[in-house]
Amino acid sequence: MRSGAIWFALLLLTTAAGAQGGGQLRFCLHSDPKTFDPVLVEDDASERVRYMTGGFLTRVNRLTQELEPELATSWKLSKDGRTISFQLREGLHFSDGTPFSAEDVAYTLQRLMDPNLHSPTGDAFRSADGKLETQVTGPNKITVTFPAPVASLDRKFDQVAMLSRKSPKKEMAVLGPFYVADYKAGAYLQLNRNPNYWKHDERGRPLPYLDSIRLDIQQNRDAEMLRFLRGEIDLIDTVDAEYFNRAQSEQAGSAHDAGVSLDPEQLWFNQTAKSPIAAYKRAWFRSTNFRVAIWEAVNRDDMARLVYRGRAQAAVGMLSPADKFWFNSSLETRPYDPQSALRLLAQDGFHQQNGQLIDRDGHAVEFSVVTGAGNKTRERMATMMQEDLSKIGIKLNVVTLDFPSLIERITRTFDYEACLLGLTNMTLGPDAQMNVWLSSAENHQWNPSQKQPETAWEAEIDRLMRAQASSLDPKKRKVAFDRVQQIAWEQAPFIYLVNRHALSAVSPKLHNVQPAVLQPYVYWNIDRLARNTESASK
Amino acid sequence: MRWLRYIAIGILAAVFLASLFAGTLAPAPYAKQFRDEPEAAPSRQHWLGTDDLGRDRFSRVLYGTRISLLLAPAAALLAAALAGLLGGVAGYLGGWTERALMAAADLVLSLPWLFLLLAVRALLPLNVEPLQSVTITFLILGCLGWAAGARVVCAGAGALRNSDFALQARALGCSESRLLLRHLAPNLRPLLLAQFWISVPVFILAEANLGILGLGVSEPLPSWGSLLRELEGLTAISGKPWMFVPLLLLIASVTAFQVLLVDQEMPS
Repeated sequence: MRSGAIWFALLLLTTAAGAQGGGQLRFCLHSDPKTFDPVLVEDDASERVRYMTGGFLTRVNRLTQELEPELATSWKLSKDGRTISFQLREGLHFSDGTPFSAEDVAYTLQRLMDPNLHSPTGDAFRSADGKLETQVTGPNKITVTFPAPVASLDRKFDQVAMLSRKSPKKEMAVLGPFYVADYKAGAYLQLNRNPNYWKHDERGRPLPYLDSIRLDIQQNRDAEMLRFLRGEIDLIDTVDAEYFNRAQSEQAGSAHDAGVSLDPEQLWFNQTAKSPIAAYKRAWFRSTNFRVAIWEAVNRDDMARLVYRGRAQAAVGMLSPADKFWFNSSLETRPYDPQSALRLLAQDGFHQQNGQLIDRDGHAVEFSVVTGAGNKTRERMATMMQEDLSKIGIKLNVVTLDFPSLIERITRTFDYEACLLGLTNMTLGPDAQMNVWLSSAENHQWNPSQKQPETAWEAEIDRLMRAQASSLDPKKRKVAFDRVQQIAWEQAPFIYLVNRHALSAVSPKLHNVQPAVLQPYVYWNIDRLARNTESASK
Repeated sequence: MRWLRYIAIGILAAVFLASLFAGTLAPAPYAKQFRDEPEAAPSRQHWLGTDDLGRDRFSRVLYGTRISLLLAPAAALLAAALAGLLGGVAGYLGGWTERALMAAADLVLSLPWLFLLLAVRALLPLNVEPLQSVTITFLILGCLGWAAGARVVCAGAGALRNSDFALQARALGCSESRLLLRHLAPNLRPLLLAQFWISVPVFILAEANLGILGLGVSEPLPSWGSLLRELEGLTAISGKPWMFVPLLLLIASVTAFQVLLVDQEMPS
């Protein structure tokens, strides 16, 4: 009788444990999310929360980089690129139980394009002034017409999390795998499993596997790494090479290198006519030979090896090879070749005198590079450039500035000579590059806001970028964008130094981890991450 | 406690001499990058190993010490001189001069010096030699560091002005300038010396703080501040005890300065 009671108690415990399912995942956000409203997201923390809670019509698979159906089972683009029709999944419910329908899609898109809201996500869809038209053609069918063609329209829905028109919980009612259950500003954010999430695994078991996610707000990267090594958190989505090596040495199997990422580190020279720099220096910076010579005189393999401890590679050009479709594979990495650099410089009348490089008017070649104070990686890169350039007689002064001063100089006063900064590319292809490569753009860093393109090659880039943006044929777009990459490589307005690797640290206890080179690197398949092997096995 | 004083003097003398003769003692130029030997452990070629760019750490410590230990006392001297001049004048003259100068001192004391330094640094021309840049930084530190000392000196000068011996000197027909230079100034000397000794470690630490923020001495010139930045992060502080040498030097030097200061203040 007594043993029967024990077995019954054990059975109850086992059942309870089974019901508990996947347990809790813990990791850190580096700041508080500024908003939970998915159309207003513009900061990294909010974007990460949106990724884990939002339901999207289409989704770019971070591993294959292919577009996949999510809430929409199919979609059709019109020939003019303005209209897209979605067929939605049936019988879906938001996390609070409110049914999902085409009305919700219309409501979300109207909010997204509301000019009064200034949605950063909506900006990607605004190719011209005018009103968005939505036509609900059935409970699960909707046609959306934009005022002008939008390039890669279907892929852009990867960023649009659906809102509920009817739910009293407003944006807190979600269609993603988790919903926001608790939030204490400056301390933590608790996401719980969405009981109405629509996905199931191959065995028909409901996803996500995890019961909850606790996101601790932790700004200090050292503290985050210590907590990871102590087992208090399960992952760090992005780590630098130093921490990567530390994780690798202290916890076998926890460091993941997904390969070269989309993110470049780059240098550019100030070519702005209104900048207060000396005219002879502007003339150097405007010379293609000078820029290419600098590119060739910097040993970028050494940079990748020493500064990134081998977890980076010399960049080819404006796109990383990680962008599988859009990267122009005919381009080659410029080799480190100081002799070739000197030959190029000689073509512009530069010559060496007592080991110093002199221009044709007798000016010693000396310039400064500004970068953000406190960024040890970039300071190291600048110091290596200093040594490399000294070998061809160029004196480089490294100036570290606090970030507001740096931004002031490169965007308002233009009182700088060269700048070293890095970019974080969240999206593939040319769509996010428009605001950099059009000569009229404010972010055309080397010579922004031009009324007319000042060079023939910038005019050609303008034409090609506009052509690819208005074309709906991916092949034609690719041809145009390949040419843009070619011009950027030849003219070197940006000197691309290295592409860092996508590095992350993940507890070996976590299953189904498949690190990707698109962010989020580790938890892009958050609904399939699991803490126990039973959930993880397929 | 005389032996403690001797130890302090010995430490400071050794550190000063080593930094003065850095050119002779350093096994390699401080900026030379031995790129095939990054983060090397101590060896016969590199006594303190190399940093992550392969630069000889011992050479960098020697040159960095030279920067920090020569410029910090220079800035302290400037601060003490300004404090003596302004505080002495304020205390001796009294009245509205004292009120105006002490109000100025209060204003300087209330300035957030770190932000001021950031702003000044951001305003400097970009093509400045690293040595010029660090000299300007210490010059600013010296110019900003007078206020606290001036308050102390002002109080001291005020007390001396009304002292019996000053009254007696005046009664004997001593001129104001003679009274100031021959009688009051020597009595202010201990105060000024104390201000000087206090300021030296303060300025060393200020430069180190700026260095840790990445706003100290420009690359490739080393300083204690830039060398201490190597200790940032987890990986830096594990299994590489030789990396703590700049920190130990800083602690030893600042402690030695403090010992000398205490010794100065104690009655013989």
